[in-house]
Amino acid sequence: MSGQSLSVPALARGTPPRRLGLPRNLGAARRFVVPVLLLLLWQLAAQSGLVSTRLLAPPSAIAAAAWQLIASGELGYHLAVSLQRVAIGLSIALVAGVSLGLLAGLSRLGEDLVDATLQMLRALPFLALVPLLILWLGIGEATKIALVALGAAFPIYLTLFGGIRGVDPKLLEAGRVFGLSRAGVIRHIILPGALPQALVGLRYALGTAWLSLVVGEQINATAGIGYLVMDAREFLRTDIILVGLAIYALLGLGADQLVRMIERKALAWRPSVLGER
Amino acid sequence: MPDPVLRLSRFTRRFHGPAAPPVLDRLDLTIPAGEFVALLGRSGSGKTTLLRTLAGLDPVTEGTASLPARRAVVFQEPRLLPWKPVWRNVALGLPGEAAVTRQRALAALQEVELSHRATAWPLTLSGGEAQRVGLARALVREPELLLLDEPFAALDALTRLRMQSLVGELWQRHRPAVLLVTHDVEEALLLADRVLVLAAGRLVEDLAVDLPRPRRRAAAAFDTLRVRLLATLGVDENGHDATARAA
Repeated sequence: MSGQSLSVPALARGTPPRRLGLPRNLGAARRFVVPVLLLLLWQLAAQSGLVSTRLLAPPSAIAAAAWQLIASGELGYHLAVSLQRVAIGLSIALVAGVSLGLLAGLSRLGEDLVDATLQMLRALPFLALVPLLILWLGIGEATKIALVALGAAFPIYLTLFGGIRGVDPKLLEAGRVFGLSRAGVIRHIILPGALPQALVGLRYALGTAWLSLVVGEQINATAGIGYLVMDAREFLRTDIILVGLAIYALLGLGADQLVRMIERKALAWRPSVLGER
Repeated sequence: MPDPVLRLSRFTRRFHGPAAPPVLDRLDLTIPAGEFVALLGRSGSGKTTLLRTLAGLDPVTEGTASLPARRAVVFQEPRLLPWKPVWRNVALGLPGEAAVTRQRALAALQEVELSHRATAWPLTLSGGEAQRVGLARALVREPELLLLDEPFAALDALTRLRMQSLVGELWQRHRPAVLLVTHDVEEALLLADRVLVLAAGRLVEDLAVDLPRPRRRAAAAFDTLRVRLLATLGVDENGHDATARAA
């Protein structure tokens, strides 16, 4: 085993020997072994009658339901509605979070005015605002978008503010010594220095945005993935419910990949990113 | 004697209000243009405090200081911006058109023999390379006064030797006035025209080093000066704390 793991190609590439004896090109496939096994078990359990198909649809039924929803265009329609809600909500959150973060991060006055207030508001679980939002904004699109925006704005603000304040003071000094103006220090040192943190915040914000969407779409929605799931519940269609859940999971994954892609581009200078090449 | 580039007069610095004991106490110091001065002192003697003021990072509150407009610093840690490639770090804050500053940055990198790393990310550099970039970043500003804050302290012994001779060569080529803050007596004697010793905020030694260059550590005159400076610093030849023994 150990002889195999020290095979010549692995050494030539300079990679550390792998602990498991599986060849490297199977490494990616290896990660899917357990999920695929679980799916098989699930299917078998359903077919053998061990699990009631009424309570938990088997994978085959879920796939069939998904195909049907795609073919009829229903899935596309609801997905578009959900994506639009997230896009609008997230845009509002970005504008608000970034401007407040810059304001509080770059000026003491801004910090005094903004930060304490936001830290207090942050202590409030934003989903608890749903009753108020419904009273203020009704049960239409506005409430759903507001929920997404509220949920996503805080992580963006917090990480940007923290990132700006966490920039190495020694670099700021170096900037001053080498004749950068205040604007130059912000542009060349503070903002790039805060970017890694801010991108972590963006990733976190995307996660909260999906969470808010799930909650928001369960409030009297007439369209969207959440509506699809709630509607399916009425008819005990666990297959459609599970399709909805899978879509939520895929959306979350996709968003995460998107931010990783941005990170690889924008943070190419970091050793962790350099190491991935 | 050429005009001085730096003149401090009764310069005093305190950290905790006007009643606190001074970290630097009524310092008088003049450095003529082109002179290489080394400043020795134990930890806490006020070396770094003095350098920070000369770099313009701390204000002058007591006494007077006249400083040249063009100053540059090489810090103990390279302090490169990790998100900018090497040549952009060198060009940081240079006035003028981008194409021109780029040419100047590349020329400075060539002087420190790092042309081949111009587009590298700073975090991929070795300690010695990063410090040479720091040197190029200082040189490109054509300083009248070059401040070196223990720039070799974090380097391994071999790299330190190479850096010391590089600094010596660059100084002879460009002739800025240099203030090298260090705690290494031999380094000071290898490079400087004049060695100052700072103790408890006062300059207690101002020693001209009239040895021919390039200097050899093995020379007898070198050793005489070394022993003398070590004694001023309160350390005897075997590294024992002379002040502690006296007490």
